[in-house]
Amino acid sequence: MVAISAVGLTKSYGDKAVLNGIDLTIPAGSVFALLGPNGAGKTTTVQILSTLIPADGGVARVAGHDLVREADGVRKAIGVTGQFSAVDNLLTAEENLLLMADLNHLRRREGRRRAEDLLRRFDLTEAARKPVATFSGGMRRKLDLAMTLVGDPKVIFLDEPTTGLDPRSRRTMWEIIRGLVADHGVTIFLTTQYLEEADQLADRIAVLDGGRIVAEGTAEELKRIVPGGRIRVQFADTVQLGAAAALFDYATADAEALRLDIPGDNSVITVKAVLDALDNASVRAESLTVETPDLDDVFLMLTGSTGVGVR
Amino acid sequence: MSASVSYAVSDSLTMLRRNLKHALRYPAMTFSVVMMPVMILLLFNYAYGDALGAGIGGGSYIDYVTPGIVLMAATAGSVATAVGVCVDMTEGIVNRFRTMAISRSAFLAGHVVGSVIQTVIALVLVIGAAFAMGFRSSAGPVEWLAAIGLLVFVILALTWISAGIGLVAKTPESASNTPLPLTFLPFIGSAIVPPDSMPTALRWFAEYQPFTPIIETLRGLLMGTPIGNSAWSALAWCTGLTLLGYFWSRSVFYRR
Repeated sequence: MVAISAVGLTKSYGDKAVLNGIDLTIPAGSVFALLGPNGAGKTTTVQILSTLIPADGGVARVAGHDLVREADGVRKAIGVTGQFSAVDNLLTAEENLLLMADLNHLRRREGRRRAEDLLRRFDLTEAARKPVATFSGGMRRKLDLAMTLVGDPKVIFLDEPTTGLDPRSRRTMWEIIRGLVADHGVTIFLTTQYLEEADQLADRIAVLDGGRIVAEGTAEELKRIVPGGRIRVQFADTVQLGAAAALFDYATADAEALRLDIPGDNSVITVKAVLDALDNASVRAESLTVETPDLDDVFLMLTGSTGVGVR
Repeated sequence: MSASVSYAVSDSLTMLRRNLKHALRYPAMTFSVVMMPVMILLLFNYAYGDALGAGIGGGSYIDYVTPGIVLMAATAGSVATAVGVCVDMTEGIVNRFRTMAISRSAFLAGHVVGSVIQTVIALVLVIGAAFAMGFRSSAGPVEWLAAIGLLVFVILALTWISAGIGLVAKTPESASNTPLPLTFLPFIGSAIVPPDSMPTALRWFAEYQPFTPIIETLRGLLMGTPIGNSAWSALAWCTGLTLLGYFWSRSVFYRR
């Protein structure tokens, strides 16, 4: 089953095009990450798919409802936690959750039950009766997500859910997000500018740049887009470096950093072959590291200044 | 259809409860809505009362000035509305409401009804203060009811206009400054002194601005002075301002 599908979404503000035709197909029960630098159009995509703003062109269905013709159907099925916390600062955490229960037209008892449950799950029980204005950024974000969950949404949009959080709160958020998918089978549409976050959480990742999706796939698939890994060998002086560089065909030497990059994977055989070659030629290496491509390489390559669409 | 109507009502009530909770927990705004008119009342009664009373041709000045100051309290209440709406709009919470399947009118309805209730309470306190300073009304129960009805209508009109101001304001600070001219409008009307005593241009403005017929109607109801056509102009102004504020706020809210 498909939870979110979009074809040719476009959006401009004045003569500035923010989205240049976005196509998406996200299966139900999966975590999808939209990865991109600031200004790529991530938030705009979320705003359109969550009925907050209309698209200029294209069609989309969320949870089986047309975005325009059945907007209320979409709204009933989704939950949105935006980049800027959408909590009522003048109310307590508990009151915020009960407000959501009322607006979801839950019965009083059911609303109380869910509020209590969420407070416990998100470790907010102790702070339940305190005004939200006194909360830390991490607590606020947790409450924000808890409010989103009161309505038991099928599809959850998380717009940069950990931006501005300290590493510890970020880990907590990740645990919560993983738990949602595991326990409740919801579909999560996540935007992030952190590669690690996408790598950690998402089943599929799309890289958004300049209003276009420039690559899409699993983390592994994306990593395969960039050229393979390398073995980096460090030398004490230019003499050793020069001698070593003569041994390998495709190696690139950096005379200033005194290091040699040899293309190759991280298998023992490859590493041993390099060491043997150095040993046979009596070249003395100081240290050796094996580097595999990570999403950073993918990201930098795809969102570089060239703007070439790699697909 | 009836389900959506009952949701519209229950969503509006939920929003109203939220706003009243804000007001109860942070009464500073309500307090300032009461304090400013009471201070002005004290000033005009005890400091300038004798001179101004002589100027309007005798009679108790507190009786003359009270209806105008009560209206001023109503305008002060509208500042609180504009700020409340703007604070919500500049924080993320309104976007959350918009992505939920709730009645679209509930947000504004909750704010407006909440503000009207708050301002009515403020007015009761201001009228109480006036009585404590010696204000005496000639009104019977019918006149009081009519006066209260008129005041609620005025508050409703001002609140809808202020809701619109709160929606278009970029920051809560500008939302609090924009309705300020409204607060001073009663001064250039018949609130403090009769317009007859003003220079020609000012008098012309004072006679045709909305607060003068409203003040004159209120004064007539409470003090038994002649009302004439003022009642109709007052009602026309209130109706016009309410409709203007309502449609303006709605269109701004749906557009953003």
